[in-house]
Amino acid sequence: MKKIDYPFKREQIRELKVGDMVLLSGTLLTGRDAVHKRLHEGVKPPVSLENQIIYHCGPVVIEDAKNKKYEVKAAGPTTSIREEPYQWEVMRDYGILGVIGKGGMGAKTLKGCQEYGCVYFHAIGGAAQVLAERIKSVKNVYWRDLGSPEAIWELEVEDFPVVVTMDSHGGSLHDEVQSSSEAKLKELL
Amino acid sequence: MTRKKKAAKKKVVKKKAATKKKSADQNLSESLLELIRTTSTVLPDDIQRVILKALKKEEKKSSAEYALQIIKANIELAKKKSQPICQDTGTILFFVSHPVGFDQGKFTKTCHKAVLAATKIGYLRQNSVDSLTGKNDSMNIGPGHPSIHFHEHKKKSIEIRLMLKGGGCENVGAQYAMPYTGLNAGRDLDGVRKVILDAIVKAQGKGCGPGVLGICIGGDRGSGFIESKEQLLRPLDDKNPEPSLKKLERDITETANKLGIGPMGFGGTTTLLGCKIGVLNRLPASYFVSISYMCWAYRRQGVLLKSNSTVSKWLY
Repeated sequence: MKKIDYPFKREQIRELKVGDMVLLSGTLLTGRDAVHKRLHEGVKPPVSLENQIIYHCGPVVIEDAKNKKYEVKAAGPTTSIREEPYQWEVMRDYGILGVIGKGGMGAKTLKGCQEYGCVYFHAIGGAAQVLAERIKSVKNVYWRDLGSPEAIWELEVEDFPVVVTMDSHGGSLHDEVQSSSEAKLKELL
Repeated sequence: MTRKKKAAKKKVVKKKAATKKKSADQNLSESLLELIRTTSTVLPDDIQRVILKALKKEEKKSSAEYALQIIKANIELAKKKSQPICQDTGTILFFVSHPVGFDQGKFTKTCHKAVLAATKIGYLRQNSVDSLTGKNDSMNIGPGHPSIHFHEHKKKSIEIRLMLKGGGCENVGAQYAMPYTGLNAGRDLDGVRKVILDAIVKAQGKGCGPGVLGICIGGDRGSGFIESKEQLLRPLDDKNPEPSLKKLERDITETANKLGIGPMGFGGTTTLLGCKIGVLNRLPASYFVSISYMCWAYRRQGVLLKSNSTVSKWLY
């Protein structure tokens, strides 16, 4: 088990390989469909994404907006592949170090990981309670106009459990398992 | 007895009946809310057992074992905190078996109220979106939502089953029209086997595996998918009464677990927790195989109601 603490550094990310189990501590920024679309349209992000990690997640947050108090009730990953058209661009233009999601991503993102030194972290799909418990506080919220699940939530996490399934060296666990299971299927049919 | 007294007595009786009636309605509403809470927050025993078994089978210190350990911890935590196992509380599917003369319209109204109450408390996410405008009115009620399926039966009892089926696993469902030339799959059980295994490989880990398949052979495109979901209501450890299907169910599960897709698609020994297959008649021209995938977060529960609509028995 590897531990990576904030501020995250590019060198640490480049050292990661497919299959590494990692506990992340520090700041994560959520961003899913609407955020990626807006960034793609050229809108400047409301917070610097340089050396940050984006979490594909639409959390359930109980909000006391008046007192700026937020409680995260459930926060598992959402399916990442929907960001496939945009993710590499966000890597190129905003200097992120990686993303967290589920289900893996495609060739464009994998190429982006190689060219810009990023990784794809896989969180456990459906594990909304375990993951919400690792979120210690909500530091801020941006682009709240996109709606609660689609906003950018700045989360402080501790020992957030993920597995590297796409690395900056061209490795993709998803490609490996896909081709080995396809080969196995041919044998079994 | 004077006429006045008689009238007064009648009034009292009427009032009593009204009170009784109101409380049965209230009981139904409370029973439904408890059914939703339990379904969203507590994984049924039959599913938990196979997940724990799968955890023991995975290679020590592998990412597959790690995924299942987190899943195990999540099941325990959700129950303890009475909070949703997964933030995607899914399509709300009710299956209601009722006696002759049951008022479906009234049930539907009470059901809507229970869904609304469960959404306000947070047992259900605000999950229903207008497909044209993209608006989410945060109620979980609208055309097709919740999805209620009624069956009349000859028994006097009312049985209500509920399934909360997330979007990730619903998206990897598939329907094949046979013969399926790509795989050389014909209109027989061998062809059915081929397309089911193909669907499993296409799904990889995207449906939040290890999951369970509900399958229907036959029917039309609509009835086939409904039957495939009803197959998922069967207890995981039951036996198919039809020997050829019993054999196929076991074969699919065993073969799928040789594919090496594993939990979350990380690679590993458990790709599928089970497989349930049902059959409907078909037209001579059509032969559909409809496949529904249910994620590990198998939120499915049911209640048998007493005549006053309180819960007499939990079904899973």
